[in-house]
Amino acid sequence: MKLRLFKQERCCPRMGPGCLSAGLPVVCLFVVMCQTTIMAVEYDGGVVIGADSRTTTGAYIANRVTDKLTRIHNKIYCCRSGSAADTQAIAEIVAYQLGFHSIELDEPPLVETAANLFRASCYRYREELTAGILVAGWDKRKGGQVYSVPIGGMLVRQPVSVGGSGSTYIYGFMDANYKPGMNKEQCMELTAAALSLAMERDGSSGGVVRLASISEEGVERRVILGNQLPKFSTH
Amino acid sequence: MKPNAALEGLFNGGNTPKAMKTGTTIAGVVFKDGVVLGADTRATSGEVVADKMCAKIHYISPNIYCCGAGTAADTEKTTDLLSSNLAIYSLNSGRNPRVVMAVNILQDMLYRYHGQIGANLILGGVDCTGNHLYTVGPYGSVNKVPYLSMGSGDLAALGILEDGFKPDLELEPAKELVRAAIKAGIMNDLGSGNNIDICVITKQRVDYIRPYQESQYKDNRKIKYKYRPGMTPFLTEKVVPLKLEVVQESVQKMETA
Repeated sequence: MKLRLFKQERCCPRMGPGCLSAGLPVVCLFVVMCQTTIMAVEYDGGVVIGADSRTTTGAYIANRVTDKLTRIHNKIYCCRSGSAADTQAIAEIVAYQLGFHSIELDEPPLVETAANLFRASCYRYREELTAGILVAGWDKRKGGQVYSVPIGGMLVRQPVSVGGSGSTYIYGFMDANYKPGMNKEQCMELTAAALSLAMERDGSSGGVVRLASISEEGVERRVILGNQLPKFSTH
Repeated sequence: MKPNAALEGLFNGGNTPKAMKTGTTIAGVVFKDGVVLGADTRATSGEVVADKMCAKIHYISPNIYCCGAGTAADTEKTTDLLSSNLAIYSLNSGRNPRVVMAVNILQDMLYRYHGQIGANLILGGVDCTGNHLYTVGPYGSVNKVPYLSMGSGDLAALGILEDGFKPDLELEPAKELVRAAIKAGIMNDLGSGNNIDICVITKQRVDYIRPYQESQYKDNRKIKYKYRPGMTPFLTEKVVPLKLEVVQESVQKMETA
């Protein structure tokens, strides 16, 4: 995977390490990243998705209230991590393709279709893109589904999936606390707790927790502000 | 990523001319009746101030204006292109363009060029759906927020904005907030300076106030550097008539039916 993301193309006005010696005001070109923590959980009847709200350019937080839960179709959302520009572009393209497909079929599209469209773009342009995406939604055929399309363009369906730079800190928590057969509220609490823990440890994740639940009834969105997050031991 | 790699070859390893950058402070705030955009007026070329009265708030359409940070040429041309495209759209459809349309066109163009166009833009405007403020990065990432600042002085300006912003501000407090934010950028960043420009966009009208506040460090030129026509004395005069021969004359009628 090309690491062009972290190359400093020109000097930085935010006084990056190399610039203090030059002392000159010159413009910087850090890539805007959603390094992030994202998560998606299936339950019987739908899915719960969640994300933090931090977008960074280098060490600076470009947007502290980002919405990383992007609507692809009425009951299909995706959680974006990686390069902000890449994921926004891919999400728009897939939303267009899926919308077109759905109109042709005259039926709501399948989550598996959306996931495959993401995978097609992410795999074909794997050298140029940095995009880790979780596709989640509800359809009539298979109910709530979560598909993971990480960097490189793999596609796999999982009952619960985490992604982004902060995900490494919560694999253990997920393994210990996820049980199949949870209901919607339990999934919401699990997601909120997992994201809080990741945001606490990962520098690239933070801000507020955005949650959404998708089921046959529709999409319900929630925001948990910083001071309302579940609290854990501050040893 | 070297957009001018071909240019460097021409100088045989010597110093290529540095691109003029607007090392800048730009800011925008959404208030109750519209959007306020602000910018400083310094354009730098390396460590020299190339332009002291650079206009960084660009016209996009009657209800949309755009502040640009980054490479001066890129922001100028990108916003010009955007403005032309939106004007064509307006004429074709008979509708006022929406801010989100401008954002989408910009995002498309900048993503296609993969960061080669060094333009960090703040788009603000009022349309039938409300008051909007967006930022578009050079790689094509878009953020929609109620207040923001960009450019080399953005950290200084953002401190002021974070402290002073409230939802649904009135006009005067909003202008004062943006002015203070740009002032902080000018005071604390080498790449920003000189005057402060403000642009207030509301549903009824646009107030482009240039300059809103002048720099207190203005120099007073003692002499004028403009020369009146006829001031240069000439020593001799020689007139050489150019004889023109008509070789061929043809008339082509134009169909105007």
